[in-house]
Amino acid sequence: MRPFEYSSATSTTAASRAAGADASARFIAGGTTLLDLMKLNVETPGRLIDINALAVNEPAMTAITETAGGGLRIGALVRNSDLAWSPVIQARFPVLSEALLAGASGQIRNMATVGGNLMQRTRCYYFRDTAMPCNKREPGTGCAAIEGHNRIHAVLGTSSRCIATSPGDMPVAMAALDAVVRVRSVRGERTIPLVNFHVTPGAHPERETVLQAGELIVGVDLPAMPWARRSHYRKVRDRASYAFALASAAVALDVAAGRVRNVRIALGGVGTKPWRSPAAERALVGQPATAAAFRAAAELALQGAVPHRDNAFKIELAKRTLVRALTTVAGMA
Amino acid sequence: MTDMSRTSRDIVTGTGVGAPIDRVDGRLKVTGGARYSAEIPVPGITYAVLVTSTIAVGRIASIDTSAAESVPGVLKVITHRNAPRLPVPPANPPARRVLALLQDDKVHYNGQPIAVVVADTLERATDAASRVRVRYDAAKPVTVMSANRDTAYTPPQQRAPSDTLRGDYAAGMAKAEVTVDHGYATPIENHNPMEPHATTAVWDGDRLTVYDATQYVIGDRDAVARTIGVPAENVRLVAYFVGGGFGCKGSMWSHVPLAAMAAREVGRPVKLVLSRRQMYGPVGARPQTEQRVVIGATKDGSITAMRHDSVSHTSRIEDYVETAANVTRMLYATPVLETTHRLVKLDVGTPTFQRAPGEATGTFALESAMDELAVALKMDPVALRLRNYAETDPESGKPFSSKALRECYRVGAERFGWARRNATPGAMRDGNVLIGYGMASATYPTLRSKATALCRLTADANGGVRALVQTATQDIGTGTYTVMAQVAADALGLPVEQVRFELGDSRMPPSPVSGGSMTAASTGSAVHDVCVAALKELGVAADERAIAAALASRSGRNLEVKTDSAPGGERQQYAMHSFGAVFTEVRVDRDLGEVRVPRVTAAYGVGNVLNAKLATSQMHGGIVWGIGMALEEETLVDQRTGRYMNADLAEYHVPVNADIGAIDITFVREVDTHINPIGVKGIGEIGITGVAASIANAVFNATGVRVRDLPLTLNKVIGATRV
Repeated sequence: MRPFEYSSATSTTAASRAAGADASARFIAGGTTLLDLMKLNVETPGRLIDINALAVNEPAMTAITETAGGGLRIGALVRNSDLAWSPVIQARFPVLSEALLAGASGQIRNMATVGGNLMQRTRCYYFRDTAMPCNKREPGTGCAAIEGHNRIHAVLGTSSRCIATSPGDMPVAMAALDAVVRVRSVRGERTIPLVNFHVTPGAHPERETVLQAGELIVGVDLPAMPWARRSHYRKVRDRASYAFALASAAVALDVAAGRVRNVRIALGGVGTKPWRSPAAERALVGQPATAAAFRAAAELALQGAVPHRDNAFKIELAKRTLVRALTTVAGMA
Repeated sequence: MTDMSRTSRDIVTGTGVGAPIDRVDGRLKVTGGARYSAEIPVPGITYAVLVTSTIAVGRIASIDTSAAESVPGVLKVITHRNAPRLPVPPANPPARRVLALLQDDKVHYNGQPIAVVVADTLERATDAASRVRVRYDAAKPVTVMSANRDTAYTPPQQRAPSDTLRGDYAAGMAKAEVTVDHGYATPIENHNPMEPHATTAVWDGDRLTVYDATQYVIGDRDAVARTIGVPAENVRLVAYFVGGGFGCKGSMWSHVPLAAMAAREVGRPVKLVLSRRQMYGPVGARPQTEQRVVIGATKDGSITAMRHDSVSHTSRIEDYVETAANVTRMLYATPVLETTHRLVKLDVGTPTFQRAPGEATGTFALESAMDELAVALKMDPVALRLRNYAETDPESGKPFSSKALRECYRVGAERFGWARRNATPGAMRDGNVLIGYGMASATYPTLRSKATALCRLTADANGGVRALVQTATQDIGTGTYTVMAQVAADALGLPVEQVRFELGDSRMPPSPVSGGSMTAASTGSAVHDVCVAALKELGVAADERAIAAALASRSGRNLEVKTDSAPGGERQQYAMHSFGAVFTEVRVDRDLGEVRVPRVTAAYGVGNVLNAKLATSQMHGGIVWGIGMALEEETLVDQRTGRYMNADLAEYHVPVNADIGAIDITFVREVDTHINPIGVKGIGEIGITGVAASIANAVFNATGVRVRDLPLTLNKVIGATRV
């Protein structure tokens, strides 16, 4: 870890002003990713801007509140544990609660925050080891994973520069739920649909979100989706707990008279970003809610998947995981 | 059944041998009062951090320490250019290995120590270490064993011969009506004790005190003394508590003499703790193996011939052999057997002992092959093993000092419900889940070394007796403090609360390495013997009042006795091994390939059990590790660079609580009067043996998929499921 300056922000405006004035600054909330990466010298911020005090000064940052349209507004400093066990989340958006509880450990969930979780960085072995080349960590040095150990790497949204997997569970559920990220800076507030918040690596894997200098995540809005009461998160991993997804599926399903009226599908563990699949959704709407139709949608969801040396199994695994999630929420599994 | 076996639930009353008393140091541990080697408060302490290589093979072309030296608080940066020359003696395992001590510019593996930074705080030392700039002349490393099998060689003579031949192999195979012949592979596995390697070195003039996380206090003292060139009597080695060893702390690795060197260079005490990443490379790992097992049998299941060939990797600088084929020499009564061990040199860190070295990997291959033979013969796997039961040691012909394996099969099968097993893969189901039952044998040799113990008996003012017993053994988390106090209490006829057992200081009488499951047998015998010697000196029986009366007549009302205790000729007469049987149930998701292990039932014959609670914990630990070995563990080495890629506890998977279901342990009654004075066989390692095969066999029973390369991850099951 390198020496760094530390300051505590007393308002979101002050926080974003401080960040905008120092390109080497990082916000810190739970610190569950950032401190880990600082110890590895993967992150070497010159300044940490602690936003935890905003929980006192700006109560909306830790609140889960109803919105006028029947949706929910979630403050960026809401802890993962609190969000997961929130009765309103469990009742209306079980997929989100399940995704949160499938992630990390109890201790980490008690520290991690919604805003921080959206900024979680990849577990790519090569990204995390400063002795190895990595275009994400040091642009232009090359990608060591493409011809290295890549069993855990992405098959969707990859580029010739980067195949690092987006590691989170919560963002996958939020992608399925049409979540909107609210960000604030000295220039004011703007909203970004979660599916557009993260970007695929392309030629610039060092860029992971559309956040601009000084912008601070202040919350996430979930629009009303009454039928998301029937939603589900299925995560497949190498051990029963405390492991990142090899494949996961977040689904919400609305079935009427045996036919799919509405559906949301997002995949985790296989994409370079939380992977919403509109093609699979479009194909399912109007179809009978059968395993065969789910499988056909899964084929579409993985269309264009690119395997590397060790991760070809993920393509079939992701399809089966999605089918299992859909059959489970349909009451068929 | 229960009359023939003793389980952890059969409470032995009192506090003596066998009683399931709590750890005597339990309260200290859970309250933080137990001080581990990095926690000893030392005035004026400084902090050393290793700089490790980022190439696997080559030489250091230049090393720029100026940025590191300019970090505030940095006291010294030691590299091969300014390190004092050491009289490094030749390797002599287990304690002395081939080390990286900054004596030259050569790099032999990725992660090798190449510099030491000492500063006034850990943070400054860590920061400075990351600012040491190194340029290398790098060569292309050899990192893939399977691609370099043509370089395999016969290892130099070890304790047991590398190759054996019993009978006429071709003739034996010619008699076979059914043959199985398959390859099995196990990956590199790292030890990952909770406590990393940690050394605190304190000089006082020409005298050195080292607080070190070690499994071998005496060997560590001798190794550090010889390596840095001071007399052993000038070195005091202390290890009061050790947070897990599992083999990687059985040797003294580079950081120990480097800490001593650094402390001498800066003229202040130095603390050096390895980071988790530095635990991969410089301090050993279980080597990978590629094994071939061939078994020929007649249709009734009688084995006519076997062979077991094992290839494992070692480093460029040292020959370490994973003796995977040794188990096949003693487990089944085959008239014909050929075994071989070969090594392939790779540019990686030297491998080392890891819990049941040889047996853990060897039983995976052998007991998987036995299951494959049972399938081929359409025979029950337990019946097949009983058909080939070795009544005497097949290699030497010697009788076993004791062997309760038949009883282990019977008790284990009954407690597990083995009779309910359907041998047809996929026949047992629960919705999307395929259920499988598997079993395997477990075994580990019974070893013993010389040990010396001291006993001091003191009469107190109330007519009671206090005993102090000392020996320089170590408690690596196994419960040595507790069971030795119980052994002494039993021998003296005292309640355990009146016995104080001390260990972990090289000033005490010597004890051997806590490896090879021999601490209880070696040190326990010495503790027993010294207490018996003390009673003999007093001329009394094991009775507190008699001891008190005898002490009252002595000046100072006390007695101190020191005795050596060593194995005699019994090993020439008997073959000595522990045995067990492991039964597992797995649940495999038919579509997703997830493997869960809801229950494990195991029965062991391990001689006398010193503490039923701690012994059960030991077996739990071994089985949990076996589950990890079966399903999760694998050290990933980047093929191009020899770099360890998953060198942390998030990416290197070991079981979490959610992976572990019910574990049912039975110790069958086994009285062995031949092995040692206290009749114990040692239990540190047998628990992991057989577990991986038992799980792989259960997965076959569930799915029809035979996985022969560990770990048995879901990608090896998904798509291959045949039911």
